[in-house]
Amino acid sequence: MSADRREDPTERQRGGSHAPRGRPAAAGRGAAVGMSRRGGHRARVTRDGLQPGRRGVGGRPAAALTALVAVLLLAGCGATGSPRADASPRGGIESGSGVTGTVTVLAAASLTESFDAIAAKLERAHPGLTVEVSYGSSATLVQQVNQGAPADVVALAGEAAAKPLDPARVRSSDTFASNSLEIAVPPSNPGHVTSLTDLSGLDLKVVLCEVTVPCGKAAAATLAKATVEPHVVSREIDVKATLAKVSLGEADAAIVYHSDVVAAKGAVSGIPIPAELNTTLDYPIIRLDDEAATRVFVHAVLSPQGRATLTSLGFGPP
Amino acid sequence: MTWRSRLGLGGPALVAVLLLTLPLVALLARADWGRLVSDVTGGTALPALRLSLVTTSSTAVLCLVLGTPLAWLLARSDHAGTRWLRALLTVPLVLPPVVGGVALLMTWGRTGILGQYLSPLGIEIPFTTVAVVVAETFVAMPYYVLAVEGAMRGLDPRLESVARTLGASDLRYLRTVALPLVVPGIASGLALAWARALGEFGATITFAGNFAGRTQTAPLAVYVALQEDPSVATSISIVLLTVSVIVLGLLRGRWIR
Repeated sequence: MSADRREDPTERQRGGSHAPRGRPAAAGRGAAVGMSRRGGHRARVTRDGLQPGRRGVGGRPAAALTALVAVLLLAGCGATGSPRADASPRGGIESGSGVTGTVTVLAAASLTESFDAIAAKLERAHPGLTVEVSYGSSATLVQQVNQGAPADVVALAGEAAAKPLDPARVRSSDTFASNSLEIAVPPSNPGHVTSLTDLSGLDLKVVLCEVTVPCGKAAAATLAKATVEPHVVSREIDVKATLAKVSLGEADAAIVYHSDVVAAKGAVSGIPIPAELNTTLDYPIIRLDDEAATRVFVHAVLSPQGRATLTSLGFGPP
Repeated sequence: MTWRSRLGLGGPALVAVLLLTLPLVALLARADWGRLVSDVTGGTALPALRLSLVTTSSTAVLCLVLGTPLAWLLARSDHAGTRWLRALLTVPLVLPPVVGGVALLMTWGRTGILGQYLSPLGIEIPFTTVAVVVAETFVAMPYYVLAVEGAMRGLDPRLESVARTLGASDLRYLRTVALPLVVPGIASGLALAWARALGEFGATITFAGNFAGRTQTAPLAVYVALQEDPSVATSISIVLLTVSVIVLGLLRGRWIR
């Protein structure tokens, strides 16, 4: 099973790289035919009724479709097969030029605001560089990578989340930040929550992350340490979904990361959890290839500026 | 057919067939059949499948009870407003389900336009099984109403005239003439709505949350299982797939042509 899975990404890449090679010709033809076709099509419908293909027009939609497929394949390819390795990463950062292409990043939901900020700064510094970030629960992202998702970088909430990651895809791994838990409540604090023990109130609606995702595991560890059994109404699929239930006012409390409370900018209030009960996670950033653009992005996250962005959004040092 | 038209139609048709069937083949090919039984009977799968069965059946009943009269009134009205009403009712069809879930929270939630009055009475819908049914009905009922209305519009208007000249009332005509004739339409509408409800994910997780045994339906259980053990996810998916194929197959044989 795991051997199967490991072969998958390479097969995909092979398929992906040769498939579009034969297509551009078809794409060009399809586009040209599509242009000259206007008007003729409408006439055919009224004049010939239900007689398709008399003038061979029937073949043209196929060409147009082939063109579309080819364009999609090429677009998809451009996203993964990024830059050549000739531009050295260090030179790229300092000169602010030379590095082009697209970096596809899969990042834990808690990184949404900080990675958006880091990516925007990086794209401004490197006009030819595009950073595409997809956010989700670390557990989902790891499964996506294992199933062959065409990503260059994956950044996860906690080292434990990285364990199921297929080691054959990992090129490097660095810890770049840390995060700890906090109780989030609506600004009006309708449930009058002041500490972890308040969460066991039966008339309180508490939302946690699902136990399969890092924030849910961390919350479970902290609640076990505090010997509190909260009155849980829902276990959400990632930390941002958990936070949303509180910021919408539907839940009285949730256990999220400190960084999420900071990023929510007043939409929720944070109630600190004492250090002896808290759970701290170290966030790893994992490179999945050696492309120059990939290195540039990872370097930007690990750089002092990257760390400053993370710190300003509530993350701790690694 | 000439070879060009055969290619022109057959090519795209083949692409369509592959687009629709390959993922199903892949699901079956990658499934860990040896673990199917233990995957489905252990953990969250059984409660989730049971909850899905209960909520989708409730949704089907709600469609039948509330949707049939609506379809009837829509089919019989030639009022200009009817067209607008029909357009409005189809909005949930195109609304992203997650947005539907947020809209439901804004209606039934604690601060919602209805929920703020219900909450002091102790009635809170979000995070309950009722919320799952509400979410499923919200996304599924338009399919039912449109299917049944279409069937009702297809009735021969002379039938009604004849019934009327024989002295039948509106309701009697509906009960003894119209409804028996639109049973196939009702059945296919129910099948569509039920299938849509069974697959519901976005509105449910947004409005009802995710709690095993209470609001975690089978698609939610699939999503959660996928985060840790894809084998469990494929096993639940195969059960879902089998159940829907059987139900739709039975309906097709019996009523849908």
